[in-house]
Amino acid sequence: MPAFLFYFFSFLTLFFGVLVVVLRNPVASALSLVVSFVGLAALFISLDAYFIGTIQILVYAGAVMVLFLFIIMLLDIKAEESAKVNAPAVIGGLMLALIFIVQLSLVLGEHELGKKTIADVPLQYEAAAQKELVTTIKTDLENKSLPDAKLVGKALFSRYPFQIQLIGGLLLVGTIGVVILSKREVN
Amino acid sequence: MVSLNHYLLVSGLLFSIGLVGVVVRRNILTIYMCLEMMLSAANLTLVAFSRFRLTEGLPDYNAQVLVFFTITVAAAEVAVGLAIIVALFRARQSVSVGAVEKLKG
Repeated sequence: MPAFLFYFFSFLTLFFGVLVVVLRNPVASALSLVVSFVGLAALFISLDAYFIGTIQILVYAGAVMVLFLFIIMLLDIKAEESAKVNAPAVIGGLMLALIFIVQLSLVLGEHELGKKTIADVPLQYEAAAQKELVTTIKTDLENKSLPDAKLVGKALFSRYPFQIQLIGGLLLVGTIGVVILSKREVN
Repeated sequence: MVSLNHYLLVSGLLFSIGLVGVVVRRNILTIYMCLEMMLSAANLTLVAFSRFRLTEGLPDYNAQVLVFFTITVAAAEVAVGLAIIVALFRARQSVSVGAVEKLKG
């Protein structure tokens, strides 16, 4: 991906991220977060993670944010009337973020391994294709295309079969929990 | 050119924006959105490391599987959290964190 696209999408992600915090109206915050997540998905795709980028858009920008908007609509929340900000929280929060960013910049300044670019670590299709046992993935790799979803699926179901069932259980428990939580108590 | 450090810095900035939001905002829904933002920032770090640490010529897919699990858990968490917010709104008629101060010392 050209460098200017990286800067464009990073700017998009961070600018709309700031808008989420700054805007007073929850609906505007939620819509800003959608744009921020789309920018983030573009960054994922720039890192050759096509599958993760796609589910970032589908799950976060699609499902989760629509859920947020539904709840905002159902609760009929108005924007916070007065723009009263409590100064200690603002100063404390900004200080916390500043300390974190300074620390991170110091660490990254000395992080020599992080100075390599994507061009320095190209994907090695031939080497990967030779070791690959699954035929569809092998042909994709031989054709110099990255079968991202297939490789994630392979890792998911060959190395983490127990964890994916655990996640299924978690979603089931979550669903039941939501139903019980949002049930009105019968008088 | 764009290096690994650029991605890590963007991720860190996004995380700290979310952190500021969680500390500063009083609206529970906005705090929740900022939490989601922080989770996504962590995901960006994982994906960046996955791409830059090639295993057998391909990105490290263990990291991407972890991102997949994070997104799934985040989705479940949002569903439960929003149900709690709805229950809270019914009890207090407000979504401000100021409305919930029973545990205040």
